[in-house]
Amino acid sequence: MILARVLGNVVATQKNSRYDGARIMLVQPINPDGTPRGVAMLALDSVDAGEGDIVIVVQEGWSASTASTGEPGAAIDSAIVGVVDFIEQDNEKDKA
Amino acid sequence: MQLARVIGTVVSTAKNTTLEGRKLLVIQILDGNLRAAGKPLVAVDSVGAGAGELVFWCRGKEASFPFEGSEVPTDCTIIGIVDSDAHVKSIAAKGEKK
Repeated sequence: MILARVLGNVVATQKNSRYDGARIMLVQPINPDGTPRGVAMLALDSVDAGEGDIVIVVQEGWSASTASTGEPGAAIDSAIVGVVDFIEQDNEKDKA
Repeated sequence: MQLARVIGTVVSTAKNTTLEGRKLLVIQILDGNLRAAGKPLVAVDSVGAGAGELVFWCRGKEASFPFEGSEVPTDCTIIGIVDSDAHVKSIAAKGEKK
């Protein structure tokens, strides 16, 4: 699982039917200190995450599909499975 | 899943029989600001996407799930067409300011 910041939700009318009713969120992967890492990606929301939240994103199909739609077997490879309250780092103050 | 732009079509006559009738498109992966990121990929279409459209795609084994019933060998499938380029750009811009 990775840490990411939620940028917002993406609207798509024409999409795979298993996505109906789901929220597709644009998230930016981040390092534990909050700095961006890599390319922004999409993840289905399963926890009512909102814009600006630091979240936990699972990047494995069975888990992502089960968490966001309640059933496996959907064309989903990433899902938001938690909202981070804070991160405790050994050498630094909390930044999230 | 990631955002991508459809930048071309692949025409292939001799291909795996399970890919027959499937539309193969060339997509360029994009970042949140819709700038190109990384190399173009070949994707199987499952939603009727066309040239120039902003789409999102699924990687891995899950990419074959939209074609349930026929086992399509793909690790990259277009699963949605994004309605508005401008909306995505605006939320990415807001995120950068934070």
